[in-house]
Amino acid sequence: MNRVEYDIILKWIKPHSSVLDLGCGDGELMAMLKREKQVSSQGIEVDEKAIYKCVSQGLSVLQQDIDTGLSDYSENSFDYVIIYQSFQQVKKPAFVLKEALRVGRKVIVGFPNFAYYKARFQFFFTGKVPVTPSLPYEWHDTPNLHFLSISDFIEYCKKRKIRIEDSAFIGNNRKIRIFPNLFADTGIFSLSAEERK
Amino acid sequence: MAAQDRGINFVETKYFSFSNPLNEFFLESGEKFGPITLAYETYGELNEEKSNAILVLHALSGDAHVAGFHKGENDPGWWDAMVGPGKGLDTEKYFVICSNILGGCKGSTGPSSINPRTNKQYGLDFPIITVKDIVNAQCHLINHLGIHKLLTVIGGSMGGMQVLQWAVSYPDRICSAIPIATALKHEPQQIAFNEVGRQAIMADPNWEMGNYYGHSVPAKGLSVARMIGHITYMSDISMGEKFGRNVKANKEQFKFSPEFEVEGYLKYRGDNFVKRFDANSYLYITKAIDRFDLLNGKKLGDVFKALKAKILVIAFKSDWLYPAYQSLEIVKACKLAGVDSSYCEISSTYGHDAFLLEIEEESQLIRDFLKTVSKR
Repeated sequence: MNRVEYDIILKWIKPHSSVLDLGCGDGELMAMLKREKQVSSQGIEVDEKAIYKCVSQGLSVLQQDIDTGLSDYSENSFDYVIIYQSFQQVKKPAFVLKEALRVGRKVIVGFPNFAYYKARFQFFFTGKVPVTPSLPYEWHDTPNLHFLSISDFIEYCKKRKIRIEDSAFIGNNRKIRIFPNLFADTGIFSLSAEERK
Repeated sequence: MAAQDRGINFVETKYFSFSNPLNEFFLESGEKFGPITLAYETYGELNEEKSNAILVLHALSGDAHVAGFHKGENDPGWWDAMVGPGKGLDTEKYFVICSNILGGCKGSTGPSSINPRTNKQYGLDFPIITVKDIVNAQCHLINHLGIHKLLTVIGGSMGGMQVLQWAVSYPDRICSAIPIATALKHEPQQIAFNEVGRQAIMADPNWEMGNYYGHSVPAKGLSVARMIGHITYMSDISMGEKFGRNVKANKEQFKFSPEFEVEGYLKYRGDNFVKRFDANSYLYITKAIDRFDLLNGKKLGDVFKALKAKILVIAFKSDWLYPAYQSLEIVKACKLAGVDSSYCEISSTYGHDAFLLEIEEESQLIRDFLKTVSKR
């Protein structure tokens, strides 16, 4: 995870809050949030090796599927549910997002933008599935199950009456302010379940 | 190599007796029971604040001798790979306690102990006991040792049930809990296997309604019970790797004597068990496990409501006796109660026995987890 993305999430999270990190991997983000925002955190991660790494850092982590691991929690169990770079890897993203909005007061989602201009160029000129810094995998070994763009996600939230409280776009390790769906390789959103007034 | 040549200090079993007329012990059934003696062993040093004590809880056939060597014996305790200097439960840092359970036959009061009212073994006069009774008795020992709060309680299988019972009965007396390869309640398949074991013992003509002390013990029955147990502790893969379809080297003449290595192994295990275990204890303890149900009509979310301790739940991939989904029920109860919890399903092909064998990964998790348990 790069510093720009991390700073964005750090800014959005209030000190001493509670965080559920879905697909927390080695626990890098949780460890940073604990250190800099004194959050209480809980991770969910399917990879056994990653579980050992989390526990060795003193992080609480459950070895479970994101798709099934969320449903056990009661409503508003956490201040924030983070689905960072794992959103495109879950089997049922719509279900996971709905559950995350139930379990967390706010949900932070980050994913690679499939409509990034370099991806568009590669697809257009070579006719091959694009490989970019945020989508670094070849078609046959990618953990990603869903490919979406920033525009797709914004439209989806609008349709489902999910409120976008904040958003940030990153391309080339910098914040992108114009035409994010074209120039950003990653989109990060802070969401809540409340309907737009 | 003999134990003393390896530079290992010997351990001795100690005994603690309680439940005398001034300080009586009541069972979950309401029945008064005593006197009670618990056999226990300790390893390492209790620190001045008494904040480094770990209670290890043994499984069905275990005892207080968890690690190290007894004088004159060449086999170490049952979890020697986990408990000792520099090991998962590091005895240079922690004060480790393990006691034989109430109802057992390794020095603690059980059906083979002498009933002071009759001066004969209790046999079936021994009362029905529960996991809660076992834990309540342990708490007397912990009080006796002057420890208010245990750094952790840890155990696998039935030991894990005791861990969970500690978390429910004495939430303020533990800083953390590590239930391994266990369940919140015994399910029908688990009860079924235990029942076959009990029926085997009771079908043995030597059992004589539990009055076999002083003459022939129900060896056949207890041996068969243990054989069934061993099948459930292994996995198809571990059996395949260990025995395959190998045929025994020295076969006996009788048509139906053990022919395959797996048969010989089970027979050996069964026969050995008879030498070290009491058949009535087997009946009482398996009954206690079968009756174990932490929910007991409660909602799953209410089970750990009072718990402030951290929990590390461990399951093993090929364990079909206590499958991972039962550990996930424990995890679910933690999630609903907001208990700080970690869960790992360790890859293994050893089946239920993995908690005694898959030491490297298990030790790493436990060692790292304990480092972050606060001693409040």
